[in-house]
Amino acid sequence: MSCEGMKTLIQGYVDGELDLLGNLRAEEHLKDCAVCARDLRNHQALRVALGGGSLYFSAPATLRGRIRSAVRAASNPEPRRGSSSWRWMAVAASFALVAIAVGSFVLLRSRPSKDELLAQEIVAGHVRSMMAGHLTDVASTDQHTVKPWFDGRLDFAPPVEDLAPRGFPLVGGRLDYAGSRPVAALVYQRRQHVINLFVWPSADESDARNRMVVRQGYNLIHWSRAGMVYWAVSDLNLNELQEFAEKLQNSTSRP
Amino acid sequence: MQEQSDAARFEQAVLPHLDAAFNLARWLTRNDADAEDVVQEGFLRALRFFGGFRGGDARAWLLTIVRNACYTWLRRNRVSELATPFDEEEHSGESDDPETELLEGADREILRQALEALPVEFREVVILRELEGLSYKKIAGIADVPVGTVMSRLARGRKRLRLSLISRPEGGRK
Repeated sequence: MSCEGMKTLIQGYVDGELDLLGNLRAEEHLKDCAVCARDLRNHQALRVALGGGSLYFSAPATLRGRIRSAVRAASNPEPRRGSSSWRWMAVAASFALVAIAVGSFVLLRSRPSKDELLAQEIVAGHVRSMMAGHLTDVASTDQHTVKPWFDGRLDFAPPVEDLAPRGFPLVGGRLDYAGSRPVAALVYQRRQHVINLFVWPSADESDARNRMVVRQGYNLIHWSRAGMVYWAVSDLNLNELQEFAEKLQNSTSRP
Repeated sequence: MQEQSDAARFEQAVLPHLDAAFNLARWLTRNDADAEDVVQEGFLRALRFFGGFRGGDARAWLLTIVRNACYTWLRRNRVSELATPFDEEEHSGESDDPETELLEGADREILRQALEALPVEFREVVILRELEGLSYKKIAGIADVPVGTVMSRLARGRKRLRLSLISRPEGGRK
């Protein structure tokens, strides 16, 4: 393929929108052509610069409240009893979700801190893993293969659990880098969605409950437990990602 | 009864995508107050049309409506922007390694200015792709153009961004 041909493919290649054949042709050409390979690096540099999360405008909490009142006023709900109680539960659940969302938003706003920077790094790590065809260093659904693989590659032993029986099969693991240190990235799957779980030892031993963040359309949940920090990131919906976090926490309750 | 369950369903399915809606509106209107008004208007429109929403991707569905609300606002308030011609400046040289460095060193303010300077139909595809992570097909649906148009707008938008990021004054370095 010529460089002209590559010019028409490069956008699709960067965006992961090529079919298998297109990908192969692009990679073939990139291997041999330094000019196009450099162009690709610059495309990726632009994507990373834009994708850091700092350009995303989150909705102000006041707007959220305003819209909720407007929606309720417009649909004019009437109190009901009996058979519709499950609806109230649904409403209550959605309020709870909104409260959690607002809560984590407020929390993050007041601390544009380490966690915000980490969230950006975690999303970038997730996107990179999906983009570069480098999802796993060790591809195995067996936790007893994945766990030992990290021996000698990291200065800690990440807990590795296969959650296949609980609906989140383990796909493999890889080394990654976040928070200025090498970390373990465990890869899980739910239907066609990939979940990256980043794990590293925490600086202090204190446990932290789940915190949820949404960045660039990705959902993130992070917590610490038994001396380890966990960040789960995926394009999976927040409910199922929460389910993932809970199932993981229940199966790694022992230290 | 029906309305009650619709409102609950609406809050559950659509409200979680408020950030996505606001982000798009903020980039298209380029200011907070107008973005808030447009988003609120978009949500009320979405509520009216919600009976016709048969599941699927609620975020893309909401973004289509909010984008339309943005364009209504632009036609009323910024009609000159919709007519801005996109003059293709030629990239002087091939891309080079200093460019990679400049792109990597671009800080938020520089990036924001470069993005805001893009004509709106290019800005929206870049926002939907890079910040919202949507596929070409979804973007085509939201912007109501063929996938090929999404691709060419993305290519030209990115080229323009790279050009304005590498030609910025040295003071813009981090």
